[in-house]
Amino acid sequence: MTQTLKPKIGLFITCMVDLMRPSVGFAALRLLERAGAEVVVPDTQTCCGQPAYNSGDFADARHIAKDVIAAFEGFDHVVAPSGSCAGMISKHYPDLLKDEPDWARRAEHLAARTYELTQYLVDHLDLKEFLATFDHSVTYHDSCSSRRELKIVDQPRTLLAAVDGLELIELADTETCCGFGGLFSVKFPDVSNAITKSKTQLVEDTGAEVLVGADLGCLVKQAGQLNRSGAKVRVFHIAEILAGLAEGPGIEGDKP
Amino acid sequence: MSTARTEILARLKAASPSSARPPTPALIPKRGQAKGPARTAMFVDEAVYGLAEVVRLKQWSDVVSHVAQVMADTGADKLKAAPHPKLQNLDWSGIKIAYGRGQDDDLVGLSVAYGAVAETGTLVMRSGADAPATLNFLPDVHVVVLQVSDIDANYEAVWGRLLKDSDQLPRTVNWITGPSRTADIEQTMLLGAHGPRKLVIVLIDEKA
Amino acid sequence: MSFFSQDNPQCHDFLNGAKKALDDDRLQAQLARSLKDGFQKKRLKGMSRLPEYEDLRDRAKAIKAHTLENLDTYLEQFEAQVLAAGGQVHWARDDAEACKIIIDICQSVNAKTVTKGKSMIAEEIGLNAQLVANGIEPVETDLGEYIIQLRKEPPSHIIAPAFHISKEQVADTFHEHHLKQVQGRDLTEPTTLVHEAREELRQKFINADVGITGANVLVAETGTGLIVTNEGNGDLTQSLPPVHIAVSSIEKVVPTLDDADTILRLLARTATGQEMSVYTTFFTGAKRDTDLDGPSQFHMVLLDNRRSELLGGPLHDVLSCMRCGACINHCPIYAKVSGHAYGWVYPGPIGSILTPHFVGVDEAHLLPNACTMCGRCEEVCPVRIPLPKLLRTWRGRAFEAGHPGGVQRLGLKFWAWFAKRPALYHTVVRPAVGVLRCMGKARPFDLPAPQGGTFMDRYKKGER
Repeated sequence: MTQTLKPKIGLFITCMVDLMRPSVGFAALRLLERAGAEVVVPDTQTCCGQPAYNSGDFADARHIAKDVIAAFEGFDHVVAPSGSCAGMISKHYPDLLKDEPDWARRAEHLAARTYELTQYLVDHLDLKEFLATFDHSVTYHDSCSSRRELKIVDQPRTLLAAVDGLELIELADTETCCGFGGLFSVKFPDVSNAITKSKTQLVEDTGAEVLVGADLGCLVKQAGQLNRSGAKVRVFHIAEILAGLAEGPGIEGDKP
Repeated sequence: MSTARTEILARLKAASPSSARPPTPALIPKRGQAKGPARTAMFVDEAVYGLAEVVRLKQWSDVVSHVAQVMADTGADKLKAAPHPKLQNLDWSGIKIAYGRGQDDDLVGLSVAYGAVAETGTLVMRSGADAPATLNFLPDVHVVVLQVSDIDANYEAVWGRLLKDSDQLPRTVNWITGPSRTADIEQTMLLGAHGPRKLVIVLIDEKA
Repeated sequence: MSFFSQDNPQCHDFLNGAKKALDDDRLQAQLARSLKDGFQKKRLKGMSRLPEYEDLRDRAKAIKAHTLENLDTYLEQFEAQVLAAGGQVHWARDDAEACKIIIDICQSVNAKTVTKGKSMIAEEIGLNAQLVANGIEPVETDLGEYIIQLRKEPPSHIIAPAFHISKEQVADTFHEHHLKQVQGRDLTEPTTLVHEAREELRQKFINADVGITGANVLVAETGTGLIVTNEGNGDLTQSLPPVHIAVSSIEKVVPTLDDADTILRLLARTATGQEMSVYTTFFTGAKRDTDLDGPSQFHMVLLDNRRSELLGGPLHDVLSCMRCGACINHCPIYAKVSGHAYGWVYPGPIGSILTPHFVGVDEAHLLPNACTMCGRCEEVCPVRIPLPKLLRTWRGRAFEAGHPGGVQRLGLKFWAWFAKRPALYHTVVRPAVGVLRCMGKARPFDLPAPQGGTFMDRYKKGER
């Protein structure tokens, strides 16, 4: 059931999608437009500020947060194809700016209108079907931000269930972190890779042909490890699957 | 009063806002509210889940022969018992029994439980003239006699009993839930670490 | 890489400690076996047996919150009750004071040996080293603590101190130290190890001049301390010698016995999945005249050691911790690096928050950063401590203190500088992405190959 009024959505692309895999952004765009929304991509967006925030550089994080708030005011909703960025905006911006009452209020206002993509499609638009086809076995990775900050677990599965030909095989463990953790993977590479390896072993154990998730950082990290392990698992963002754009070798599939 | 005490309390006073406590009734889970036979059944189930052995006897006089059996199974030629009147009233002829605190060479120890909690199959022992706490820990096998009528549904009820006649608790109150064990070696559970490797609960229907 | 001790933290060496753990195949197998399939599964089972678990968490959190707002009142009440029960109460501002109090008590009774129940506070204050320095022999009685004491290693977990040690290593240690036992005996089976430890420690329990325990909870209304063990070692420690010293930090107090019941319904369940620890022992004062056993002297040592500094501050919530170990058991980083890498007394998420407070941010800044912010710790904490938020607070302090420095800091600043300047950002990233694509394996930080172009650029050019 679509909305009778066309919602005006600000699409928060995320820096990872912008720089590493634009096709995810185009997929999200397609899905939202097909769902009947008017989608705008504010061109002053760069980053949600997580790298600064999680490194303890709160001053820069605040500055960036304010930029994002200003850029995304005036939309009915803000949607991001990422649990961690949607989580940053909706769960952390208000706390980050709590000492500046006017900005805090604006942050709360933005937070209340910000969604992760699958959350928006299923919970807000009540739209679960995109007439997509994907004749492959798939396993799904829940990012920690989606699961724990935004409590998103069912929504992506609801969407995948409606994809024709797609067989979902759950990981034996859907709760343990993949080891990406943003800058953690750069600061503590050995530990990060060990954690990722345990995760991708579970991915391989499912026998699924494809790994799907809603957070690009996690997917890129796991794709890298799957490559190193010589696994024949393709990796896509869920938006790509739903928008019918999951073609080719997938994330990290081609190594120039 | 020591300087340290004064300083610490002063720091705490300065940092703690101090607030009245709203009335806070105990939060007792449903399984802690069992009554009658259901309560006894829960106690037994939980005690067994905690790896205790539970034996049900009709009356106090039945205890002696059961203890004799435990002694035979353990290879013990003597018994150490708590100097509890309900034990002292029994006919121990044929059994070498001594009353007193626990000693290192006690193979089988015999106590009377002050009470028990059905919620988790837990025995409640308290130190006293008739109940040496060391007897709960030194023997190889610990036999505890418990009257069904002394099983409470939850911990709160036992505290109520203990504090009914005195606002001061005994030196020791032991909650015992099964025999001693450890998982410190590669997380494998093994019984009989330092306390008794076997706990036998003798449940008596009779109310003496 | 050296082992840490209480006064010689090795937190700065986290990366090396982590590497060492990662390269230890046996340790990795042990971690894999005992965390997910061990502690985590057991906790779930324990929770499933108590439908009111979530309500109890809320209640426990409320008990702690209220108590912390009235800590002075409850401690004063606790003290009065201990005194009324024939015990003595000592207050210690810091680790040195606590050690001195304990040693003075031991020396007042000419103690040669003291048995010890497991106590993280005793580790925190470095008690054993001080006892030894004063000619008093401490004997750890918790099997895990006993093993690491023989091996001269620090604990690697707050509940299971010998978590990192294999049964073969235990057997070797026993062969090396238990010289009264038969030479060449077979110690391959863990049951033989437990048997032997029981035998070796029995006489120590009986001969000890003083028994020292910690306290999991202190109850203000009755002046009662309580310890939970599965072995019964804490009980033998506190009931056999003529003197019992209990040492606890001040935030362990709760108002009433009913409050203690709430904590206890959660503690073992969350830590090991048990309904209740085998032995939950409540001690109140010294033995009564009519008691057949028990210590004639009871000393309660209340330790501040910088906890009062945390009250009312940004890290206040960490004082609610009941030391169950659940956060440690569920942390993906701990699951790979084990406890020693954390370089001080407390490992895992709780350790990463406590340690910088005790040893300083310059020494410990790596700890709160060695975290993916997955949030599992907060999810499993029985009193819902917002651990990720507290970790991030430390990251803020570390950043202010110059950590990270060097190239990492430069990189962060670089990124933020551009992120604040969208027009410049989007102009620069387009070619940057192009360069990254061409770099192949030379890409820094193991960065993957970008798809090509940037979304913003392609979108502007009309791609849809």
